Amino acid sequence: MNFAPFINGSYGVTVIFLIGIGVLTFTRYQRAAKRLKAVERTR
Amino acid sequence: MNENVLITGRVGKTGSWLHRYANPGRFLKLIRPALPWLAAASILLTVTGIVWGYAFAPADWEQGDAARIMYVHVPAAWVSMAGYAALAVCSFFSIIWRHPLADLAAEEIGPVGAGFTFVCLVSGSLWGKPMWGAYWVWDARLTSVLVLFFLYLGHIALIRAFDNPTHGHRAAAILALVGAINLPIIVFSVQWWNTLHQGNTISFSGNSKIYITMLYPLLIATLGFYISFITIVCARVCAAIMERRTRGLLLAAAERAS
Repeated sequence: MNFAPFINGSYGVTVIFLIGIGVLTFTRYQRAAKRLKAVERTR
Repeated sequence: MNENVLITGRVGKTGSWLHRYANPGRFLKLIRPALPWLAAASILLTVTGIVWGYAFAPADWEQGDAARIMYVHVPAAWVSMAGYAALAVCSFFSIIWRHPLADLAAEEIGPVGAGFTFVCLVSGSLWGKPMWGAYWVWDARLTSVLVLFFLYLGHIALIRAFDNPTHGHRAAAILALVGAINLPIIVFSVQWWNTLHQGNTISFSGNSKIYITMLYPLLIATLGFYISFITIVCARVCAAIMERRTRGLLLAAAERAS
């Protein structure tokens, strides 16, 4: 039996999830930090 | 009386250190400088573990190359359970001491933990097909992990279901605490019931049934997944604190202007 599709599928899902959640978290963090800085500056 | 006398003779409030670090502002000050280091460690360990498992670890004598799925499936499973345990601890703190940081952490742990559980279920399913001939069987281990996934989803939905966020946090905390009963069921399911899922391979008492060349990449990947989970949750909590602070400042400015 050819195991490659199952192995590649498992690793693919994992890598996509890790990169996806990493990028989403980083973007949200950067945006929140930038907005807070801007609001604090205008006070 | 919420006071006790310390051995040194000083009078301190019960769990005062806990309350000290549960302050969102203090948490932000403490964690923000550590985030780049945590992120670097998580990327380094996760990439090393995954690449080692995928390309360099030996194939299993019985399962062949299909056993490589272990290097993503097992760490994801462990992190999903540890994540739920963390959720239960936060819920406990939220119910007993009403820490705002515990509520924030619980809100941010939910989606991340659900993601890791999803990865565990999908990779397990893709491992099951070549080994058992089926993507899914209603086995005790698989079913209890599916219940864990639903508990995460229920928590995510419940915490956002009320107009008053306090009510949402309280209801979700109760769900998380009740759902924690599922954790020992997952761990011991392979012992309590006759399951198609294999028994525990790794043992902390020194009876691990895994060869050292396979254990190292597994442990590195696991450490990478754990640190990734901690980093992502901490970054999300920091972002949530900053978002709240921004909202508060904007609200105060609007009140001053009116």
